[in-house]
Amino acid sequence: MRRLSELKNKRFLATPYFIWSAAFIIIPLCMVFYYGLTDKSNSFTLENIMSIGSIENFKALILSLALSLVSTLICLLLAYPLAMILNNLNVNQSSFMVLIFILPMWMNFLLRTLAWQTLLEKTGVINSLLNLLHLPTLNIINTPYAIILGMVYNFLPFMILPIYNVLIKIDKNVINAARDLGANGFQTFGKIIFPLSLPGVLSGITMVFVPALTTFVISDLLGGSKILLIGNVIEQEFKQSSNWHAGSGLSLVLMIFIIISMLITEKYDDGGIMS
Amino acid sequence: MKKNIVIILCISLVILSLSGCGNASASADNQVIVYNWGEYIDPDVLSMFEEETGIKVVYDEFETNEIMYPKIESGASVYDVVCPSDYMIQKMIENDLLAEINFDNIPNSINIGEEYWTKSQQFDSENKYSVPYCWGTVGILYNKTMVSEPITSWGVLWDEQYKDNILMQDSVRDTFMVALAYAGYSLNSTDPVQLEEAKELLIKQKPLTQAYVIDQVRDKMIGGEAAIGVIYSGEAIFTQRENPDLEYVIPEEGTNLWIDSWVIPKNAQNKENAEKFIDFMCRADIALKNFEYITYSTPNTAAQELIEDEDIKNSPIAFPDLTEYDNLTTFSYLGEEMDEYYNQLWKEVKSE
Amino acid sequence: MKIKLQKIYIGLIFILLYAPIVTLVVLSFNKSKTRAKWGGFTLNWYIELFQNDQIMSALSTTLIIALLSATIATLIGTIASIAINGMKRKWRTFYLGITNIPMLNADIVTGISFMLLFIAIGATFGFTTVLFAHITFNIPYVILSVMPKLKQTNRSTFEAALDLGASPVYAFFKVIFPDILPGVMSGFLLSFTMSLDDFIITHFTKGPGFDTLSTKIYTEVKKGIKPEMYALSTLLFLSVLLLLFLVNRSPRKASMSLKEI
Repeated sequence: MRRLSELKNKRFLATPYFIWSAAFIIIPLCMVFYYGLTDKSNSFTLENIMSIGSIENFKALILSLALSLVSTLICLLLAYPLAMILNNLNVNQSSFMVLIFILPMWMNFLLRTLAWQTLLEKTGVINSLLNLLHLPTLNIINTPYAIILGMVYNFLPFMILPIYNVLIKIDKNVINAARDLGANGFQTFGKIIFPLSLPGVLSGITMVFVPALTTFVISDLLGGSKILLIGNVIEQEFKQSSNWHAGSGLSLVLMIFIIISMLITEKYDDGGIMS
Repeated sequence: MKKNIVIILCISLVILSLSGCGNASASADNQVIVYNWGEYIDPDVLSMFEEETGIKVVYDEFETNEIMYPKIESGASVYDVVCPSDYMIQKMIENDLLAEINFDNIPNSINIGEEYWTKSQQFDSENKYSVPYCWGTVGILYNKTMVSEPITSWGVLWDEQYKDNILMQDSVRDTFMVALAYAGYSLNSTDPVQLEEAKELLIKQKPLTQAYVIDQVRDKMIGGEAAIGVIYSGEAIFTQRENPDLEYVIPEEGTNLWIDSWVIPKNAQNKENAEKFIDFMCRADIALKNFEYITYSTPNTAAQELIEDEDIKNSPIAFPDLTEYDNLTTFSYLGEEMDEYYNQLWKEVKSE
Repeated sequence: MKIKLQKIYIGLIFILLYAPIVTLVVLSFNKSKTRAKWGGFTLNWYIELFQNDQIMSALSTTLIIALLSATIATLIGTIASIAINGMKRKWRTFYLGITNIPMLNADIVTGISFMLLFIAIGATFGFTTVLFAHITFNIPYVILSVMPKLKQTNRSTFEAALDLGASPVYAFFKVIFPDILPGVMSGFLLSFTMSLDDFIITHFTKGPGFDTLSTKIYTEVKKGIKPEMYALSTLLFLSVLLLLFLVNRSPRKASMSLKEI
C-alpha cells in the first residue's frame, strides 16, 4: 500500500524535469527537424539533408570523421596507461594527481587552443627551442595534424576521467586471484582488467568522439581556416550565409552519428554514462 | 567540510548576484547600444561620451559583415547604431533595415570631407543612411627582409617561392577581390565565367597560403611568421610601428577602397542617443583620438588637419592621394542570389 | 625501472597538458601587446585588468550564470534522478534517453536549437536566454552524477526508516540524501565547470552587450587578444589551483568525495 503511493510520489517528482525537458530539449529539437526538412518557402524538402552529398559537405564530413576517429584513438592510447598508473598510486596521492590532470579544463578552452598557436607557429616557442638545439623544425601548424593535436589536448581529460573512475572500482582481489591462478600481466589485463573497464572506455570514447566530430573552433584556430570540417560548414550556414535550412539539415545528418554512438553505449552501459 | 563548502558557495552566489544586479539597474534608462568591429574604437572615447552626455554605452563587437547582418535582420538583437561596410550598408538599405538619419542632430558631420560623401554615394545613393567612420584600402603587407624584391602586383601571391609564407583574408569578398583584380576583372563582377576563373585562381593559390586570417595577420606579420599578407591599410601603420621591416603597397592592378560608416537600424530603441553618439564621433578631437588609437584612416578632414606627426599626415598608406589612382573600387551589394553564388564558390575554395 | 617509466610517462602527459597554460601565464607578463614578441616583464596588464570594465563585467556575468545555472540544475536534476530511479524500466529508458540528448548532441546543434526556439517565441536574447540554455545542458550532468549514487544506496535502509515511523521526506533527508550528497556535489561542480567554460551554446543564445568570458575571448581572437585576458586567465587558474590545494588538504572524507568527481 505504501509502496504504491511512494511510486506515485516519485513519478510526480519528475514533473518539473518533464516540463523543462519538453520545453528546452524536445521542442528545440523539433525546430531543428522543422528547419531541416523545409526550405525557404516552408514546403517540405529532403534537399537539406541530401546536401550532405554535395562534394564540399561530404568532404568536410569525411575529414571530420577521420580526424575525430584518429584523435579518439590517440586519446584512448594515451589515457588508458595514465589511468592505470594513477590507479596504482596510493589513495591520497591519486586523488591529488587526478585533480592535477583535470585542472587544465578550468582554463578557458579558447585561450588554451590559442596558446597552442603560439607554441606551434613557425616562429613559435617550440620551433625556437628546436632551432637552438639545431634540430629540424616542426611544421604542423595549419595542417590537419595540428587539429588532431588540438583535439587530443582538449579532450584528453574527458577520456582519463571515466576510465580512471571505472578502474578504481575494480576489486583488487579479483586481480590478485587471477595472479594467484597463474595469469601473467598481459593475461590479467586482457581477460580481466580491460573487459571490466569497458563501460568507462566506451563512455570516454563517446565523450571525446562527438565533440571532436563537431568542433569548429579548433579547426579555425589551428587549421588556419584552411581546413573545412563539418562543424565549420554548419556554423557558416547559420552565421554567415543565414541559411538555417541547410544548416539544420546538416545538423540532422550529424545527429544520426550521434544516435549510433548512443545506441552502442546504451548496449554496454545500463543506466548512466558515468556509472 | 562539505557543509562549509556549500555555505561558502551560497554566500558567494548572493554577493555576486547583488553586484551583478548593481550593474544591470544602472543601464535600463538612458543608453545607446553600439555594434562595431572589434578593436575599432578607443575605449577612452566611450568613457568620455558617457561622461559628457550621461548616456550609458552598451558595446558589442562583431568580426565580419556577414556575421553582423543576420543579427540585425532577424531582430533577435536590437542595436541603436552599427558600423557596417559599404556593400553591407547597401544590402541593408535595399532590405529596408535602416532608418534615415536626421542630420540636424549631427552638426559635426560637416567635418567629414566632401570626397568621402561622394564615394559613399556608391552604396548610399543620397547620403541619407550613413555617416563615414573609417576608410582605407586593401593591400599587401610584406616583410622587406623576407622577399627577394619589392612587391608591386597581386601576382606575388601566386609566386611559388613564397609557399606557406602567404596570409590571405578569411572573408569571401576580400579574397575574391584579390583574384578578380589580378585577372583584370571588376571587383563587383557578377559574371559567372569571370567568377569561376577567380575561383580557380584561388584554388590554385590555396597550397601556397599559410592561413586564412582576419586580424591575426597583424600578430603573424609582426612576428615574422609569414612574409606576405593581405591586409587593411589601417593595420599597416600599427604593424610597421611594431616591426619596421614591414612595407605596405597598393598593387598596380588596383584594389578595394572601403568605407565603414555608422548607420541606425530601423528598430533602434534609442534613435536620438544614436545620433548624439555619431555626432560625438564626428568631433575633430574625438576623431583624432580614435585615429591615433586604432590607426585606421579617418575621413574627418578637420581631424586630419590636427595630426601632428607630418609623416603620418602625409602618409601614402594612411591618406593616399586618391587622384593618383584610377583603379580603386568600392564594393557594391550584388544581390541575394549573387551573394549565395559567391558563398558557394568560397566554400568550394575552402574545401579543397 | 617500471616505476621510473611510469613517472616519465606521467611527466610527459603533464608537460603536454600544461605547456599552453604556462605559455599563457608567461604572456600575461609580456610587455608587448602582440603575441609575437617578448617585450619585457611587466605587471601592467594585471593592473589594467581590474580597470577594464568590459572584462570585469564579463567575468561577473560568467560567474553568476555558472553559479545560478549549476544550482538550479542541481535542484531539478537531483529531484529528477530520484523520480527516475523509482520508475519502471520503460520510463527510465525514456527519460534517460532524453537526458542524454543535450550531452551527446553536438554543442553546435544544441546551441542552434535553442536559438531557433528563442526566435520562434520572440524572446529577447540576453541574460535569461543564456541562463535557461545553461540550466538545460547542466541538468544531464547532474542526473548522471547522482543516479549511480542513488543506485548504490541501500533501499532497505530507507524502508527501515519508513517502518520506524519516519515520514518519507524525513527519511529521505536523513538516510538517502547523505549517501547521494557526493554525487550531488560532483554534479554541481561539473555543471559549474561546464557552464564556466561553455562557448558555443552561449554564442548562439546571447544578446547585445551580454558577454561571458568565452564569448569575449572569441570576439578578440580574430582581432587580437587583449593581454588583460592572459592576466585574467592566469589569476583564474591560480585561484582554482589554490582552491583545490585547500580542499585536498582537508580530512579524508572530503578527498574521498572529490575522488568521485
